[in-house]
Amino acid sequence: MQNRRDFLNLLCRGTLLTGLAAASGVLVYRSVKEGQCKLGSSCNNCQKSDSCNLPEADLFRQTVWQLDPKKCIQCGRCAENCVMTPSAVKATHVYAMCGYCDLCGGYLKPDTKTISTAAENQLCPTSAIKRKFVEDPFYQYTIDEALCIGCAKCVKGCSAFGNGSLQLQVRHDRCKNCNQCSIARNCPSEAFSRVPANKPYLLQGIESKDENRG
Amino acid sequence: MKKALALVLLVFLFAVQVMNSYGIQRFPKPEFESGYVQPETLMPDPRAEVLAIMDIAVLLVSLSVVSWLVLKKRSRNGVFWMSLFSLAYFGFYREGCVCAIGSIQNVTLALFDTSYIIPLSALIFFVTPLVYTLLFGRTFCAGVCPFGAMQDLVAFRPQKLGSRLNAVLGVIPYLYLGLAVLYAATGTDFIICRYDPFVGIWRLNASFGMFVFAGILLILGIFIARPYCRFLCPYGVLLNWSSRFSRRHLTITPSDCIQCRLCENSCPYDAIDIPVTVKNPEDKRSMARKLIFIFILIPVLIFAGGWTGSRLHESLAGVNAKVWLAKQIVSPSKDSNQPETFEIQAFKSSGKQQSLAFAEASAMLGKFYLGGWLLGGFMGLVFGGLIAGRMITKHHTDYIPNKGTCFSCARCIDYCPVKMP
Repeated sequence: MQNRRDFLNLLCRGTLLTGLAAASGVLVYRSVKEGQCKLGSSCNNCQKSDSCNLPEADLFRQTVWQLDPKKCIQCGRCAENCVMTPSAVKATHVYAMCGYCDLCGGYLKPDTKTISTAAENQLCPTSAIKRKFVEDPFYQYTIDEALCIGCAKCVKGCSAFGNGSLQLQVRHDRCKNCNQCSIARNCPSEAFSRVPANKPYLLQGIESKDENRG
Repeated sequence: MKKALALVLLVFLFAVQVMNSYGIQRFPKPEFESGYVQPETLMPDPRAEVLAIMDIAVLLVSLSVVSWLVLKKRSRNGVFWMSLFSLAYFGFYREGCVCAIGSIQNVTLALFDTSYIIPLSALIFFVTPLVYTLLFGRTFCAGVCPFGAMQDLVAFRPQKLGSRLNAVLGVIPYLYLGLAVLYAATGTDFIICRYDPFVGIWRLNASFGMFVFAGILLILGIFIARPYCRFLCPYGVLLNWSSRFSRRHLTITPSDCIQCRLCENSCPYDAIDIPVTVKNPEDKRSMARKLIFIFILIPVLIFAGGWTGSRLHESLAGVNAKVWLAKQIVSPSKDSNQPETFEIQAFKSSGKQQSLAFAEASAMLGKFYLGGWLLGGFMGLVFGGLIAGRMITKHHTDYIPNKGTCFSCARCIDYCPVKMP
């Protein structure tokens, strides 16, 4: 009796262990086979995915959440849906794209009468954008990240009336890299995806950090 | 003339379009004369990838240490300190992310969606605790899982629930597991992570509702020890079944049980099986009748469950983004404040065909129909198993830990007066 039970236990244990090994084997094999530049949706549209030998096609590279400003419709849900308060998504300023305008679509409300730093003229609900005179007629706009809530109002203004230098991005010093991003689930335009951790930003109009480093 | 005007307009519109989509600057960057230096856009790095390897190392080491403490050292104190360490590391330091419970969904998604590449750490966090459980019992629950450690700390006045209540509430994890697999396999959502009660405490940041949920679990946990582990945890289902076939397992006594009953009330989780003395030996006939009943009951329950699940597939699929979008296109909301939802706006601006969205939604509904059958059938099997398990009593003479539900917390060891031979 005891022997029979032991034998059945051994059989079940063996089956389960084999199953686990097989499943992990399949997943590892799949990653080896398809791991070449099939990293989430960032490379899904790449035509050369089969012959890609980029270093980021490394097996099992860590990935992080990021939003694609090209797909973003500035709905404002990033401010509300992050598990963190305030959101890990912030407006990011790509200075290389900025026109340094006096009449800034991202800084001033569209119906404002005067161009000034008065709070009632500012588009930002938390006054997180700082305006600083550079030289006539140019102004520099800096985002105070501690104040920014990621509501995308400035991003909407800048992309509607300006160069689109203000863009929403997941800030990786604040992002907890949840297994399933809570904002991604609520994003109406599927702008969120996992990207390789060595290229964690999808900013427009800027060379990636890697290339900057040479 | 009109034609020419239209052409000019078209070209202009096209140019605007191109400008928008390729980010050609409307206002060129000024050439500064005052020697202004353009600041660099700050892009803080994510967590270093090397640290993922550290997580795996800590997991392996703590699993080995806890298994050794439970089986060889037989030390409750050791297990307690290890669980505190795990709570500090996997809970408060790693803030609950990369966890074995949530990794079920990564593995499921990776098995069903070939374009999803599972992170190595998620795969290892899924497989290793199961392998250790197959070898040594649920030592993962005892001292490695931060969820368990958190609840173990507050189990001050554990009450006995009785085997019937335990069995009925014990069905919930199976349903949770089934739903989690269904939603992960269809790429809809990771519900285990979404309704993770303690991650908010570790991050000191969560929605009000999740804090309330965590508070309820912890207060309930004073009287019902480890409520999440016993009556919610989907990974616990897998560990339970692995542990039943484990090679070795925690024993209450180091040698022979002397039936002293001292350990009887030591387990806060009702996981000690008290001896079942053979009172009225069953005759072969009634035994055969029981078996026939079970063999008829289980297929009936599976079919009934599957049928119910397939009826519910539309409600289950309602939360899927593709299905929801299609629903919105068909019947837009009548809310006058917001005539178009963001989903519709985004869909229109993406320029996708409506028929494509409908095709995607109906394909998704098909998956949920199949999933509904499977989930319902699985639940039918679980109920059948529950009934069968309660009809058949296993006779044994000693006080033994129930290999399935025992968390190997090693509390009972201290109650046994028998010392190592």
